[in-house]
Amino acid sequence: MNNNKETALGQTPLHPMHLQLGARMVPFAGYDMPVNYPGGIMSEHRHTRDSAGLFDVSHMGQIEVRGEHVAARLESELPVDLVGLPMGRQRYALLLNDDGGIRDDLMAINRGDSFWLVVNAACKHADLDYLERKLGTRLDFTLREDLALLALQGPASPGALAAVGADADALERMRFMQVGDLRLAGVDCMVSRSGYTGEDGFEISLPADRAASLAGALLEQAAVAPVGLGARDSLRLEAGLCLYGQDIGPETSPVEAGLRWAISPARRSGGARPGGFPGADRILGELDRGAERRLVGLLPEGRAPMRAGTPLFGDNGEALGEITSGGFGPTLERPLSMGYVPLRHARPGTMLAAEVRNRRMPVSVTAMPFVPQRYRR
Amino acid sequence: MSMKYTSDHEWALLDGDLVTVGITDYAQEQLGEVVFVELPEVGRDLATGEEAAVVESVKAAGEVKAPVSGEVVEVNEALADAPEAVNDDPVGGGWFYKILPSDPEEFDRLMDESAYQELLASLD
Repeated sequence: MNNNKETALGQTPLHPMHLQLGARMVPFAGYDMPVNYPGGIMSEHRHTRDSAGLFDVSHMGQIEVRGEHVAARLESELPVDLVGLPMGRQRYALLLNDDGGIRDDLMAINRGDSFWLVVNAACKHADLDYLERKLGTRLDFTLREDLALLALQGPASPGALAAVGADADALERMRFMQVGDLRLAGVDCMVSRSGYTGEDGFEISLPADRAASLAGALLEQAAVAPVGLGARDSLRLEAGLCLYGQDIGPETSPVEAGLRWAISPARRSGGARPGGFPGADRILGELDRGAERRLVGLLPEGRAPMRAGTPLFGDNGEALGEITSGGFGPTLERPLSMGYVPLRHARPGTMLAAEVRNRRMPVSVTAMPFVPQRYRR
Repeated sequence: MSMKYTSDHEWALLDGDLVTVGITDYAQEQLGEVVFVELPEVGRDLATGEEAAVVESVKAAGEVKAPVSGEVVEVNEALADAPEAVNDDPVGGGWFYKILPSDPEEFDRLMDESAYQELLASLD
């Protein structure tokens, strides 16, 4: 009876591999995706922090942008410095709406002859439509559905890439947020040193029909294990990284979300090219004056996980906001959450209450990340 | 002793006057690694189908309902420190609570082993 729905789900080029590995599959952003493999979320999470985890993120959108003055024209939609972004570098950026809320979060890559935007799976078609509507007369946007995207994350990642033929010097030179061309298992790949786990690691773009052979060559190594969406979520939560659609979205501004750093100095008041992006009035105002509420890290005092949607209260029982992400952190070995509270309750150490199953439980505001990031800078 | 089941994947074991309650191997497998269990208070009166305990895994929260009505007489305190017992030994050391049934006939009306196996087969 669900057949229609199931057949409507997209499949990534690695879908057969997920099934062969015995993954538990779930619908996610219109795709049939692995939530975990037989080892389970905890061991996949720990393996990523201790060694290396391989993630299929081919559902994400890879949008190639070409045209004259591509950097300057993209800056009219993205509040970051793209004109000053060197070739072979990527930068985290936010696509904003006219109210200063977040349409999507993405990576913008300067490839020299083009820019690439790597966007969330659930937003990719809307992003493409929007960008074509706003900039389509000047720039060409192509959603590269002929490509796959893999993420290899964790301290053993450089060694695992070297073992499939990556040039050792090129790997050694590549730092966090750099992008280059590497030949891996005989395939030319676009590789960035970045990810969504807080660990050192790489994101690898390659032709869809070559993805299974590279994944196979990586998984042959004892250091590399496949990791599903479950551990992807617990890893990013421990690293204090926002999830689009939960922690950020059309109703949250970058300043509220603690993403002030994602507005480049060149685009702020007093910068070289201030404003000139959607929602600039609100964003520039909040950068000066601060926002009224703030996304904070939260540590429940007990063992009960506090999940998205859990309401938060202050000392006097007043409603403050709610938890946007929460669960159990396998590295932290305790529950952890993030959520929005008014600025006066946002200082680390502040005690709040969260209502779980009709009981108010103590929870403390804490600085993020929960687990230190280990990027190779 | 005999073991019965609910369509929500709880098991119930009648031993003397008491019914011990837990979740089935299928249920723990679906839930994934258990990280937290909340047990009912001893002395609490439960109605049939009432939410009696909470079980949370890394990815989701679930509830354990009362297969039969009655009074909670004992809970598995060991789960507070070792919730993973629910995964490792779901129909043994991973039990949740024991209930003194108010109506012994309720137990007889639960699914037996073959009915439960049929239910599982229909889910594949």
